[in-house]
Order: sequence, then structure tokens, then C-alpha cells
Amino acid sequence: MTPTLQLFLTISAALFSIGLVAALSRRHAIFILIGIEMMLAAANLNFIAFWRFGPNPQQPTGVMVAIFSIAIAAAEAAVGLALVIAIYRHFRTTNVDQLNQLKG
Amino acid sequence: MAHLITALILLPVAGAFFMNIAPRNYVRPLALGFNVLSAVVALVLWRNFDTAGAGLQLVEHHAWRMDRGFCALMLVMQSALYGTFTAQNFVLWFLFYEMSLIPAFLLIKIWGGENRDRAATKFFLYTFLGSVALLLAFLGIYFVKGTFDFAALATLAKTGLLPGRLAWLAFAGIFLGLAVKVPLYPFHTWLPDAYETAPTGVSMVLTGVLSKMGVYGFVRLLLPLFPNEIRTLGPWLLGLAVCSIVFSAFAAWAQSDLKRMVAYLSVNHLGYCMLGLFAVTATSVRPMPEFQAALSGVFLQIFNHGITAAALFYFVGLLEQRRGLRGIDDFGGLMQRTPLLCGWMSVAMFSSLGLPGLNGFIGEFLIFKGSFAVAASFTAVAALGLLVTAIVFMRVMQALFSGPLAEGCRTFPDLRPNEKWTVIPVALLMFAVGIAPQFILNIFNATVVQMARLFA
Amino acid sequence: MIQLIVANLWLIPAAPLAVSLLILALSSSRRGSAAALAIAGQVIALVFATAAFLPTLQTPGYRALQNFVWFTFGDQPLRIGWVLDPLAAAMLMMITLVGLCIFVFSVGYMADDRNFTRFFSYLSFFSAAMLGLVIANSLLLLFVCWELVGLASYLLIGFWIERPSAAAAAKKAFITTRIGDIGFFLGILWLFGRTGTLVFYDDGRGCLENASLVALGATATFIALLIFCGAAGKSGQFPLHVWLPDAMEGPTPVSALIHAATMVAAGVFLVARVYPLFTLGGINGVTPSLTVVVWIGVITALMASLIALAQFDIKRILAYSTISQLGLMMVSLGVGGVAAGIMHLIAHGFFKALLFLGAGSVIHGCHHEQDIRKMGGLRWLMPITFLTYVVGMTNLTGFPFFFSGAWTKEEILHATGHWPVSHLPHYLMLAGVVLTALYMSRQIIYVFFGNGRGASEHAHESPSMMTMPLIVLAACSILFSIVATPAWSWLHAYLNGEPARFDLSLLVQPMLFVSAALVFGGIGFGIFIYRNVAETDPLAQKQPALFEFLQKKMWLDEFYRWTVVALGQLAAHISDLLDRYFWDGLVRAFAGLGQLFGIFTANFDERGINAGVDQTTAGARGLGRVMSAWHSGQVQTYLGVIAVGMLALLILYAWLT
Repeated sequence: MTPTLQLFLTISAALFSIGLVAALSRRHAIFILIGIEMMLAAANLNFIAFWRFGPNPQQPTGVMVAIFSIAIAAAEAAVGLALVIAIYRHFRTTNVDQLNQLKG
Repeated sequence: MAHLITALILLPVAGAFFMNIAPRNYVRPLALGFNVLSAVVALVLWRNFDTAGAGLQLVEHHAWRMDRGFCALMLVMQSALYGTFTAQNFVLWFLFYEMSLIPAFLLIKIWGGENRDRAATKFFLYTFLGSVALLLAFLGIYFVKGTFDFAALATLAKTGLLPGRLAWLAFAGIFLGLAVKVPLYPFHTWLPDAYETAPTGVSMVLTGVLSKMGVYGFVRLLLPLFPNEIRTLGPWLLGLAVCSIVFSAFAAWAQSDLKRMVAYLSVNHLGYCMLGLFAVTATSVRPMPEFQAALSGVFLQIFNHGITAAALFYFVGLLEQRRGLRGIDDFGGLMQRTPLLCGWMSVAMFSSLGLPGLNGFIGEFLIFKGSFAVAASFTAVAALGLLVTAIVFMRVMQALFSGPLAEGCRTFPDLRPNEKWTVIPVALLMFAVGIAPQFILNIFNATVVQMARLFA
Repeated sequence: MIQLIVANLWLIPAAPLAVSLLILALSSSRRGSAAALAIAGQVIALVFATAAFLPTLQTPGYRALQNFVWFTFGDQPLRIGWVLDPLAAAMLMMITLVGLCIFVFSVGYMADDRNFTRFFSYLSFFSAAMLGLVIANSLLLLFVCWELVGLASYLLIGFWIERPSAAAAAKKAFITTRIGDIGFFLGILWLFGRTGTLVFYDDGRGCLENASLVALGATATFIALLIFCGAAGKSGQFPLHVWLPDAMEGPTPVSALIHAATMVAAGVFLVARVYPLFTLGGINGVTPSLTVVVWIGVITALMASLIALAQFDIKRILAYSTISQLGLMMVSLGVGGVAAGIMHLIAHGFFKALLFLGAGSVIHGCHHEQDIRKMGGLRWLMPITFLTYVVGMTNLTGFPFFFSGAWTKEEILHATGHWPVSHLPHYLMLAGVVLTALYMSRQIIYVFFGNGRGASEHAHESPSMMTMPLIVLAACSILFSIVATPAWSWLHAYLNGEPARFDLSLLVQPMLFVSAALVFGGIGFGIFIYRNVAETDPLAQKQPALFEFLQKKMWLDEFYRWTVVALGQLAAHISDLLDRYFWDGLVRAFAGLGQLFGIFTANFDERGINAGVDQTTAGARGLGRVMSAWHSGQVQTYLGVIAVGMLALLILYAWLT
């Protein structure tokens, strides 16, 4: 079993799908955040895979983008968690079904 | 000279502004002060040279109600009037001409009597319609000739101002505007309503000065600019002037409201002015002495009508003030109760009916002399107006002064000192003009000669 | 000396004028000083008038004038002036003399009046205006004074202003004379236009002098007739005579001075003054304008003396008599007897003033009763008044030989007899003589003879303040006859500018006997008819219809009320209605059109333009509502939609490649 691009992409797609399902199905805001993180991770994996199997693997471009993306994801998670805490404090719940204030 | 004119125009406006910030108690003396001041300036101008008959402040001093706004508006109106009589350029002239309309409208609308809204609106819209026609006509002239200057236009007019139909349109526009203002029969129906409703002081200024703007406009604009058109329409115009004289005199006969009656007689007297003017311009024979007579008569009549009609309105105002009513049948036997009031009022009435020895006669004689020579039949019919005017005043005198003292007049006070001081100088002026008119005639003799030469 | 007098001729009217203003300024309680001032003013005028009169005696046809510029209009001077000639001088003497008598009389007559001072002010004002009229050397100045005497007459007729009838009479007088004055005014304008001057005599340039008359040509007839309109109005000629009887509402001295002696004669004076205009282009002194004057005069004279037969008011009888005598004067002027007419005018001034003052004295004695049916038997109670009244009556009827009226009337009859056009006026005037004798006999018998009937029982003779003027006037009218006889017709010659001749043979003329016979006959007949008058008039018993016709003044007042006055009022109402409904209606219709257009555009705005905008916005709103439903606010729904969208994009991509 040699590591091929297909393999990585398949894993990444599965990871993305799991993340998406988690983000869509869970009601707890933290879980939705975790789902989103998983989808980000799938994207990072794609970056790495395309870099590694790309035409020019000597330059560390893929790693750079992945690291950049992870940094952004960290910041985003921080903001997201802070929002969740703020929402919880305000609404006394983290159930997104009840958080429908954006309704038009 | 130029500064003086500016000062004359600006003074009342300054007064008007000042009036609004002044303490209430000082309103009356202030208004009077500004008025006297502007009268002085006007007199200074007069001494130098002035064709306008603007020397009427003597009469206007006595505004009835001493509200701030009232006095302020009166002063604004005066300023506009001075402006109209001194402007040499259409734009400026028109500006002042219209500016006088707004204070008059407000004065009638706010301080007027019964039906004031209707009368004020009618007055405003009717005269404004005329002004619009006037403005359009002048714009037309401007697009063709490119100038608004009266003198320049008059020079151009010698060879025909505008071609063909355009000339007639412009003539019609200007004629309508001025005829409404004068007013000339049959464009006069706003006048009885407006004068009847306006407060006495406003009626005095309206009749004394505002109506002169129309006559002045005829002298200044229509006659020099459209000599050919006027000559073509000559008999019609003379006919209108005669209608003004005869019909409004008859209509005055039928009135029972004193103020309305005086208003109609005002139309009648302005009709004499128009008769003189049209006789000079609308006929084909051109004798110089007759022209000079008619023009002198017109100018004198402008002045006379200013003081006489204003005085009549003043007297009607005094009666109304005392009685609360002004119907001809509401009074009776006043001679027993208020001999001074009756005496001086009779002077004004006799002056108005053209009794020799008073100012009215000289003006009317000169007008009739001038127009009889060039338009005899029209003048002969117009003489009927003299008779009917006499009938009207005889009727008034009989109803007001004679007979047993009427019930509502038992407590009438005679002329009060301040009223005396208003009435007597004016009446003396009437005598002065009637006996020795030279001092008035001197003012415009040179103009008359010049104008007569222009038309002849 | 003469130049000095002429230059200062204005002082004659100026004296009473100044007095008038002075009295007006006095308080009404100072009756004594007012009367004294007025009489002083009149005396000054009389003295000046005499001073002016004397030099005119020296040369026949003397004429001196003083012209000056009143005012200049443009560069045209307007000249007026005054003239001293026999006509003016004789009139001046008559007016000041009669005026003085009447002023003195008034002091007694008006003694109890509240407005005593005002009366004298008006009276002096009248005197001033009348004197100014007489000396005027310009038709314009004459017209000015003419209107001023009209004003004075108006003020004095309506003097008892609290009486409605007085006010109505004053109004009627002013308006009726004004009707004539409009014609006069037009005549002045026409004359002025044609000749370029209104000065009568101006060293050859005046409007009555040859150069101007040549320029006038045929228009002179029309101008003369227009001027005659004014004269007819002032002198109470048919058809403008109706105001004069009503003018008797004024105080009796006023009737004497203004409505008998002076002002009403102004019309005759005017015709005499502008006589060259009337005679211009005439053959044998006959022109169309003069013919009109004659016939108007004839109608007036006869009509008035007929009406006088049926009046009961002592003053109205005299008023109609005045109208009739004025008619006679007009006839005289019309047939060419200018001097005769003026002589009669002056004689009439004296004796008619005398009659009126006598009537005033009677009225005063009878406690302001004016109805002759209530008088009677006064000859013993008021002897002086009676005697002077008889003198007046004999003058008026033309009783020969010592009464001026007789000579002047005879002279007029003589002149009418020589009129080439027709002899009818002559015979009608002879009939007029009989009528005059009749109505005067009737009046005298009613008032002074028989027994007292009511008002006259407590009558008393008037105070000497009133009887003195009567005596003076009676003396004047008798003395005046000396200068008016045909034997030494000094006045005639004086007026005509000829030297007077003395010729006794002229006394013996058939005309004189005819008229004397007619006067005697008339008086005798009158005495016969009216010998026992009672409450009812003998004429009324015999001819009630005729009497009523005459008593109602031939229904002329009613006729005018239903024609001229009604027409005027109709015209007034038509003008008013025309204004209110036609012209104002047009304006309102125009305004209504504007309003209609306004309503139309407002509706167009509301229903057309505005409705479109409204619908568009409503559509946008509905769309918004639909769209807003998609925004559920459920984050996971949004995410789901994004996921589905992405999937769809992927499938689309896969399908496309």
C-alpha cells in the first residue's frame, strides 16, 4: 500500500464529510465548532497532499499554507468559543435550534 | 443722487428690520420716525428732480393698528414703491414691482376686515397674473433686443421695437400687466374688494401709491415702447378709459358701503389719468400745447388722487372707527355732532368731485383740455363722469351730514388733536394746489415738455 | 389812477372772502363780531366797487383789464385776469348794494339761529365768489367763481341741515346746476381748444376779440349753446329750472340774495359777457344760438308765471316769479336787447331782493308760517313791510311810471317787437305781463288784505334792522327808474358804451301804452278774481284740474324722477351688477378654469402617477416578505444550504467536464 494522492484525497474527503455531518447534525454549538475544525483539517490535508504530489515538492509552499491555515483556525476557534460563551451567557443555552435571532 | 435713491429704498427696509427687534412700546414712534426720515429723503430728491409722484408720505404716517408686523410690512411696501418709481431697468423695476405685492397681500390677509382671505387672494392672484404676462412680454423683448434698459429700449422703439406679431404679443402682455395694476376697466374688479377689506392705512397706501405704479408703468414702459400699437388701438384704449370713468362713477353711485364707494371713485379718477395718457398717444393729430396740458394734467392728477383718495379713505376710516360700521345709512346728522370732521371731510369730497379752488379741478381741467382737443367725443362722454361723481358725493353728504342725528352717532367725538394734525395739512395742501398749482407743476414741467416732444 | 384801480380790482372779492375765513375761525358764540365783520366786509366791497364804478362813467365804453399768468403747464402759460367795463361795474354796484341790504336784514332775521356765525361766513363767501364772477376776464376764472357760487348756494340752501327737505333741496340744486355746468365745461374746453385762450379781452388776442372769432367760425354756435347750458342751469331756465323753487328751503335772506337778486342772474350775465360768441355769423343779429335762447326764455317765462298762479307758499310764488323774470331777460338777450336785459337784471336785483326781504319780514312776523292761505290782513299790522312790498310788486308787474321795473320791462317788450324771426315771443311776453300782474295781485290780496286767517293774527312789524333794508331797497328801485327811462336812458347808453341822450319825445310810444294798459288790466282783473279769497283759491274752484296741474308744477319733478333720475339709478345699478356679476364673473370663471385644471392635475397625480409608484413599492415589499421567510435564523439550515449548493456545484462541474 503505497501512499498515493488518491488515498490522501479520499481520507480528506471522508474527514470533510464527517466534519460536515457533525456541523449539520449536532445541536450543541461546541460540537458544530468541532465539525468546522474537522472540515478545516480536511482542507489542510488536501493542501499538504497536493504539495507533496505536486510538480514542485521541493518548495515548502504546501506546509506554509497549512501552517497559516492552522493559525487562522486557532484564532477562529478562539473567537468561536468566545462567541459560544457569550451566547451562553446571554441566552442560557448553546442549542443552535433556539438561537434563531438572525431570522429575517 | 444715486446714493440718495439707495438710501430712500433701504431706509424703510432697515426700519422694518429694526421694528422686529424693537421693544413693543417704541413701535409707533419708530414707524413714524422712519417714515418721516424717508419722506425727507424723498423730498430732497424731489427738489432735485423726480418724475414719480411719490411725495405722499404726509398721508401715510397714520397707520391704523400699531402692531410690529403691520408697521414692518408697511415699511417694506414703501421701500418697494420707492424702488419701483426710481428703477431705470426692467429687472430692478420688476423686482420692486413684485416686492410691493407681498406686503400688501399680507397686510390685507392678516389685518383686513370681513372676507379678507378671499379679497387678499383675489388681489394677489389677479395682479400676479398681470405681472406674469408682463414678465413674459419683457423676456420676449429681451431675447430679441438683448437689453432691459428702459432708455435703450425707448430709443430702439422709435423704429419699431419688434417685428409683426411678436410686437402685438409683447404689447398685449405689458398692457395686461399694467392695466390690471392701474386698474383700467374691465380689469378692475379686484380693487373694490381689496380696498374695501384692507385696513384703512393700507387702503390709503394702496390707492395713494400702489395704483400709481400702474400709471407710472404706462408712462415709462408702454407708451414709449409701443407707440404704433397704441395708435392703432387708439379708439379702443380711449374707450376703455372712458368706461373706467363713466361705469365706475355709476357703480360708485350704487354702493352703500362708503369704503367700496371711495374705491370705485378711485377707479374713476385713475380713468382720467388714462384718458389723458391715451389721448396724447393714441391719436393722429399732434398739437403740442394740448399734449402738454394733458400730460401735466395726468401728472397732477396722479398727485391729486394720491392725496385726495387717501384722505377720503382716512375719513371713512375715522367714521368706521367711531361707529363700527361704514354703510351710508348707518350715519346721519353728523354735522350737528362733529362739525369739524364733516367740514374737512367735505373738503376732501369737493376736491374729489373737482370743485374749482381745490386740487382736483386743476388736474381734471388740464386733462380734459388736452384730451378734448384730440378726442372730443370721448372726452365729452367722460364729462358725464364729472356729473355722476358729483351725484355720488352729494348723496353721501346728504346721508351722512344732514337730517336728524342718527341713533348710533350720538356719542361721536369730533376730530381729536392727532387726527386734526393729520387732516389739516393735507386739506391745506389741497387748497394750495387748487389755488396756486405752480409749485407742483414746476416739478414736472420740464418732463412734460420733453415727453410732449417725444410723442408729438 | 385807473390802472391802480384795475390792478387792485381783486380787492373787491377779496374783502368778503377774507371776512368769510375770519368768521369761520371765530367761535360760534361771537355773534356780534361775526355780523359786524360780515357787514364791514360788504361795506369795503361796496366802497371799492364804487371806486371802480366812478372812472367807468367818464368815457363811454370804457374797458380796462389786468391779465396775468395763473400757472404754466409744460411751457404753456394759462392766463386769467379781471376786467372793468360797464357791464362788470354795473353788476358790482348792484351786488354790493343789494348784498349790503341783505346782510343787514339777516342780522335781524337770523338773530335766533344757532349757527349765526356760520351763516355770515357762508354769505360772505358767496358775496366774494359772486363779485369774482362779475369781474372775471377769463372764462376759466368765471367758471371757477361760477362753481364757487354754486357751492355757496349749496351750503346756504342746506343751511338748516337738520331738516331733510333742506338737504334734499341743496343736493338737487347742486346736481341740477351741475348738469348745466358739464355743458358749460365742455363749451370752455372747445373754446379753449379752438382759440387757445380763455381770456375775454386781451388787446386783440382774447377769445371774444376779432382774431379768435374768425378762427371759431361755425363752431361758435355749438360753443355758445354749450355755454348756454351752464347759464340755463344757473338761471333756472327750462328744463333745468326745477331746483330754484326747492331752493327756497334756505333762509329767506339767502333766497333774496342768491336765488333772486344775484346768483341766478349769473346765467344772464354770462350770456351777456360772451355775447360775441352768440352773435357770431348772424344776419340782422339772428343766429341759431340766439334763437334757442329766445325760445327757452319764452317757455320759461310763461311756464313759471303760470305755475306761480297756483302756489300757496309765499316764497315759492316769488321763486317762480324769479324764474319767469329770468326767462324774460333771456328773451331780451336773445332778441338782441343786451342792454335791456342787463338793465332788467339790475332792476330785478333790487326789487326782487326787496320782495323776498318783504316776504322774509312777513314770515318772521307770522312766526315762520309761509302758507299765504294762513295769512291775510297784514297791511295794518306790518305797514312798512306792506308799503315796501307794494313798491316791489309795482316794480315787478311793470306798473308805470316811477318804478324801474316798468321801464326795463317796457324796453324788453320793445326789443322783442323788433325781432325779425317771429312776433310770437312778443305777444307771449305781453301775455306774461298780464300773468305777472295776476299772480302778484293774488299774492298781495292773500297776504295783506282781507281778514287774518290763523298765522297772521299775532303778527308784528319786524325790527328796524329788518325794515331799514326794505326801505333802502324800495328807494333804490324807485330812484333807479330815473336812469332807466327811455327819455334819458342813461343806463342803456352806459351799458352799450354810447353817450346818453335826452329826448322827452321817446316817452310817447305806443308800446308804453299797450304795456301800461295790460298791467292795469291785469291788476284790475286780479283784484276782481281774488277780491274775496278764502282757504280755497278761486281758480281752484273754477278749474280744479288746471289748478292742480299748475300747483304740481306741471308734474315736472315727477317726470324727472321717473325719467332722468330713474335712468341714472338704473345705470348705477347696471354698472354695479355688471361689475359684480359680469366682469367679476369672467374673472371668477377664469379662476374657476384654473381651479378645474388644478383638480384635474391633482387627480392625475393621485390616480395616475402616484398609483404606479405605489404599486411598484407594494410589489417590492411583497417580494421582501417572501425572501425574508427564507432567513430562518437557523445557522445549520444556512450551512446545509451552503453544503447542498456546493454539492450541486461539484456535480455541475463533474457533469460539465
